[in-house]
Amino acid sequence: MRFAAPATVEEAVRLLGAEPGHAKVLAGGSDLIVQMKTGRVEPDLIVDIKRISAMRTITAEAGGFRIGACVPCLAMEENASLKATWPGLVEAARLIGSTQIQGRATLVGNLCNGSPAADGVPALVAANAKVRIVGAKGTREVDVLDVPTGPGKNSLARDEIVESIHLPARSAHSGDCYLRHTPRTEMDIAVVSAGVFVTVDGAGTITHARVSLGAVAPKVLLVEACSKAIVGTKLDAKALGALAAAASAACKPIDDKRGTVEYRTKVAGVLARRAAETAYARAKGAK
Amino acid sequence: MAQDAKFEAKGRKFDVVGSRPIRPDGIDKVTGRARFGADMTMPGQLYGKVLRSPHPHAMIKSIDVSAAEALPGVKAVITSKDLPDLSGGDQGMKDNLINTLARDRVLYDGHAVAAVAAISNSIALKALKLIKVTYEALPHVTDVDEAMKDGAPLVNGGAITSGMEPAPTKKSNIIARHQFGHGDIAKGFAEADIVVERSFTTEATHQGYIEPHACVASINADGFGDIWVSTQGHYNVRTTCSALLGLDSAKLRVTASEIGGGFGGKTVTNIEPLALALSRKSNRPVKMVMSREEVFRGTGPTASSSIWTKIGAKKDGRITAAHSIIKFQGGPFGGSLVDMGAMAAFACYDLPNVKTEGYDVLCNRPRLAAYRAPSAPMVTFATESVVQEICDRLGLDSASMRIMNAAKEGTKSSYGPTYGPIGIRATLEAAKNHPHYSAPIAPGKHRGRGMACGFWFNFGGNTSVSMGLNGDGTVALSYGNPDIGGTRASLSMMAAEELGIPYEKVRCVIADTATLGHNDITDGSRVTFAAGLATIEAARDAIKKMCARAAKTWGIAEDAVVWEKGHAKPAGSNAGKFEPLSLKQIVAASGNTGGPIAGHYEVFADGAGVSFGTHIADVEVDVETGKVTVLRYTVFQDAGKAIHPAYVEGQYQGGAAQGIGWALNEEYIYGKDGRLQNAGFLDYRIPVCSDLPMIEAVILEIPNPGHPYGVRGVGETPIVPPLGAMANAIAAATGVRMGSIPMSPPRLLKAIEEKA
Repeated sequence: MRFAAPATVEEAVRLLGAEPGHAKVLAGGSDLIVQMKTGRVEPDLIVDIKRISAMRTITAEAGGFRIGACVPCLAMEENASLKATWPGLVEAARLIGSTQIQGRATLVGNLCNGSPAADGVPALVAANAKVRIVGAKGTREVDVLDVPTGPGKNSLARDEIVESIHLPARSAHSGDCYLRHTPRTEMDIAVVSAGVFVTVDGAGTITHARVSLGAVAPKVLLVEACSKAIVGTKLDAKALGALAAAASAACKPIDDKRGTVEYRTKVAGVLARRAAETAYARAKGAK
Repeated sequence: MAQDAKFEAKGRKFDVVGSRPIRPDGIDKVTGRARFGADMTMPGQLYGKVLRSPHPHAMIKSIDVSAAEALPGVKAVITSKDLPDLSGGDQGMKDNLINTLARDRVLYDGHAVAAVAAISNSIALKALKLIKVTYEALPHVTDVDEAMKDGAPLVNGGAITSGMEPAPTKKSNIIARHQFGHGDIAKGFAEADIVVERSFTTEATHQGYIEPHACVASINADGFGDIWVSTQGHYNVRTTCSALLGLDSAKLRVTASEIGGGFGGKTVTNIEPLALALSRKSNRPVKMVMSREEVFRGTGPTASSSIWTKIGAKKDGRITAAHSIIKFQGGPFGGSLVDMGAMAAFACYDLPNVKTEGYDVLCNRPRLAAYRAPSAPMVTFATESVVQEICDRLGLDSASMRIMNAAKEGTKSSYGPTYGPIGIRATLEAAKNHPHYSAPIAPGKHRGRGMACGFWFNFGGNTSVSMGLNGDGTVALSYGNPDIGGTRASLSMMAAEELGIPYEKVRCVIADTATLGHNDITDGSRVTFAAGLATIEAARDAIKKMCARAAKTWGIAEDAVVWEKGHAKPAGSNAGKFEPLSLKQIVAASGNTGGPIAGHYEVFADGAGVSFGTHIADVEVDVETGKVTVLRYTVFQDAGKAIHPAYVEGQYQGGAAQGIGWALNEEYIYGKDGRLQNAGFLDYRIPVCSDLPMIEAVILEIPNPGHPYGVRGVGETPIVPPLGAMANAIAAATGVRMGSIPMSPPRLLKAIEEKA
């Protein structure tokens, strides 16, 4: 096994493309190192991208934010502007593992790892984030939704890496929230989760909504029917009921050691409803 | 247990005992210097790894190790052929042998099949993949109720049930039946105004110690061996390993490392015989460290259970009869300790008519190991659930009803012996009078309060302690038990108390097996009790010798000298007028008075006082997700005498934390394929700090007449009540009485929805 720590994205891409064996990208390493320790992956080459300075910053861009692939979750917490604008996303990043893990783990790593239960991903999908992918053939911008393709899989070519995430500009009266269910308070993995982003008008009517669900399908879901259930409403009891029903109806979960189909389906609706209530309150100005 | 009132601790004033000094092993532990199992390195050591069965039950048709042996860097590969059967009719040793390395068949997912020693971990792991094992799968069973059915696959060939009259003629998975009780339960139930009977199940749990099993072993060409190991009992490691490997005990020296938790799981051997066998074959030291997955699949756990309990009571709450049928999943060899469960089930109560029946049942799961009050949490969950249901249905106060029925001094216990002075009523009364019991639950939806009692036997056993006195007035205290609960501190305190010197003057070490007489395992909450008793008696032995030296110095009779506050003094004015001699003065001059001075004591300590506790839990249930949050938790327990109260409180809190984890989320999850699905801490959920409130610990002291200072073991009882206390709190919060543990969110949500 070889280890490389290039200083530029181009060099990282070149190394990945030139490797005949199995190459893995290392950012925080909180998934990769565990997988290596348990023998699930045995890479021939590890490309550590943490020394690529361009990938370690959070910057304002086009009214939104660009978050480099090597930004650890805790750095998101420390960015006051990001936290004030996207509290739900930052809360999601702060649910991954533990405080120690969050000092290393990155949101991009969480995305590329391809876990259907990834905490960072439903919030990114709800936020309508895009990722910038750099490869030998150039750069492309892709919806977050299109990066994971199934458990442990993503849509990147072998010589591509995600360089950054872009969170779009959002209207002033917007709010987001991410909730997950875990049996423990922390150091746990989502049994089911929901991310909600809403925008309201001056009267408090929802004009735009994106609702995503985690751990209820092979990959994160963006549920149009959930958006429809609440757009045009003031999130009254009827709208909340319709939202929960739409979320449950969209679930295609499995039975496993963490939860049953029945349980995930039911709780997805509960969490979508609760996340919508918080996102809505935030859109209306609640702290 | 009836006890001779051997010691009278009442009224004694203590100087050191009861204070809270810093533990002598504390600095090393918080600075990372403490050497645990994996921290020892020997020159030239190899790395040992184990190949484990992927099948729950299968015949081994062949094992081909040639490719592994041919891999450069591999120095030894062993299979069962390298461990010939030397058990000589000792079934326990034979089971140990089979568990150490599978012979003609594998009995559970994770059963060790072969082991490799190589110059690096990665080469050893590569070699494991080169071992070709041909299996012929056999039908398997992992559930206790399934295993008891006619036609169930016979695990390990099955057994003729012991304890049955008449003995069965056919083999089954029921390896043993046990029965306890007295009176006439039919008559008792006929007298009852209310009878409640319920069925319960509990899942298997692992002890969950943070430190995986680890050891370094070396056997030289002359047959002398050393092993450094994380264990609860290094003398037991010596006994077992020397028997399995055919060594003289004296040739094998075992040194206990610091231990990162055991809770019963490190009372047995697993990798130790393998490391020794690999060392013998390779002629090099061999280090073995288990992965967490191996710990889950190959060690521990405790039994899963299926329990039926029936209790009858008069309208005023007086219990007239109690009956329980207890089935424990006993792994592939039995030994589930269901007999202790049958003994403990109703031990808190004074019952005129009681009967318990226990069945030890073979299953294709890992060999069981003790887990903190092994068997009591499960049976107590059943008992305390039914007791509470009777309270609720009769509209009685939970504490008062239990106090009415509580066992007391002179009660004939449900398992036979008559109790001496015990603390169940005292813990219940303390709970009833505590603000936690009377305070309203903090306001919120779906909140409830539950209580439960618990009992544990405690143990004493073989103990050997030695105490060398030094010329500078310090004391070197040696005992033979790994320190799990702060016993170096507690024993140092008892030595200091008895000798009349400051705590800081005593240095307590854990001796290896070549140094002291036999010491039983650190289990049964025995060490502070038994090694404490031996320490006090060793100090008294040393004091007697010091008084003799003072007598010699003064030229007076030995019985004219007394020991007070660290000094030898003339017993009275008739004995003569001499300045008192300190421990330091006597020992410094010992070369002139007869040579070095040391105290010794060897004992089978048989006066371990039984222990009782009462817990109160407040919970909140999220009725839409089934998630339970513990809001407040208080433990009341009799310690006899708390030598170091902080460590007693730590035991109460730790036991409660483990019990709450068991109640809510911990479980071994098996697939239909008989394989363990959650062999890791992500999906085997022990509680983390933020899952628990600060657990309040209330210490009661009802002296145990079996110990000079009144000590009772405290380590195990605290894990007994939580399952019942949590179930009762959840019932109060939701109206749903859970019959199955763990009360995990999916299970609880389903039960809530079924009720609605």
